[in-house]
Amino acid sequence: MAASEAPAVPAHEEHYTSTGLDNVKMAMWAFLGSECLFFGSLISTYLLYRNRVLDGPTPAEIYDIPYTSVSSFVLLMSSLTMVLALASIQRRDMRGCRIWLLATAMLGMIFIGGQIYEFTAFVEEGLKISTSTFGSSFFVMTGFHGAHVTVGIFMLLALFGMSLFGRLDFDDGPRKVELIGLYWHFVDIVWIVIFTVVYLVPTN
Amino acid sequence: MVHSQETAHEADDHHPSPRTYIKIAIILAIVTAIEVVFSYIPGAEPGLIVTGLIVMAFIKFVLVALYFMHLRFDNRLFRRLFVTGVVLALIVFAVYLATLFGRGGAAPLITGS
Repeated sequence: MAASEAPAVPAHEEHYTSTGLDNVKMAMWAFLGSECLFFGSLISTYLLYRNRVLDGPTPAEIYDIPYTSVSSFVLLMSSLTMVLALASIQRRDMRGCRIWLLATAMLGMIFIGGQIYEFTAFVEEGLKISTSTFGSSFFVMTGFHGAHVTVGIFMLLALFGMSLFGRLDFDDGPRKVELIGLYWHFVDIVWIVIFTVVYLVPTN
Repeated sequence: MVHSQETAHEADDHHPSPRTYIKIAIILAIVTAIEVVFSYIPGAEPGLIVTGLIVMAFIKFVLVALYFMHLRFDNRLFRRLFVTGVVLALIVFAVYLATLFGRGGAAPLITGS
């Protein structure tokens, strides 16, 4: 067989299905679809209970909108740095990819630091998970979101570490960065909904 | 099979440029700023505020999904998987609302501390 007739062999191992699509990416999208249901349930529960406060502070008394707006801005910008990391590795710029991955992880840590501060301030003002159904639904929903962000930070730092030790190459690397990026953007999308529905929409 | 693999690779090649990503991020930041200002408008009709906020959140949601998550450029099957999840979440929300109004629980119980 002449060289020009040789079948194209992928430079890296991608697990294609009968659809011709990478099945890991397919699994990631299916996972994100199921996560929509998970967070949809938590947000719905919060909306159901946010006005049911028999004890402790009410949402209007306790939310600090300017502070949360800054946190939201930080998380939105982390989505930008994440796609810039992907664009860098697709351009075979490993140094740029490392910088943007680290920037994304740092912005994620700032967001989580802000959330820890907010939770601490709420507890000091008398809102605990057991204070009211509003407190329970608020802490469970935002706590699960924070846990997702934390998992994302660990995955970003793992990618950064892999790039330092030569485990992130230009063949399979873009795919790995894209998959982690999908998760990260999803976490951002969930916060877009939480920020509007939980913090900005006025309570009764 | 080979054709569909090529299609998948072609989709990857059509990701936007960093300049487009930055433009989208600027739009997202501006919409967020408008959202915050909008929520502070004194004496505005609550229904109008809620509608405006939801529309702006939807715009941000769609922009991130289409451009940052590349749903606009990737295979349609990924879009369908994600949209299915979103639609199911909205159904859950509708069921919650039906539960809320069905038992007459819409009345606020707020008493405060």
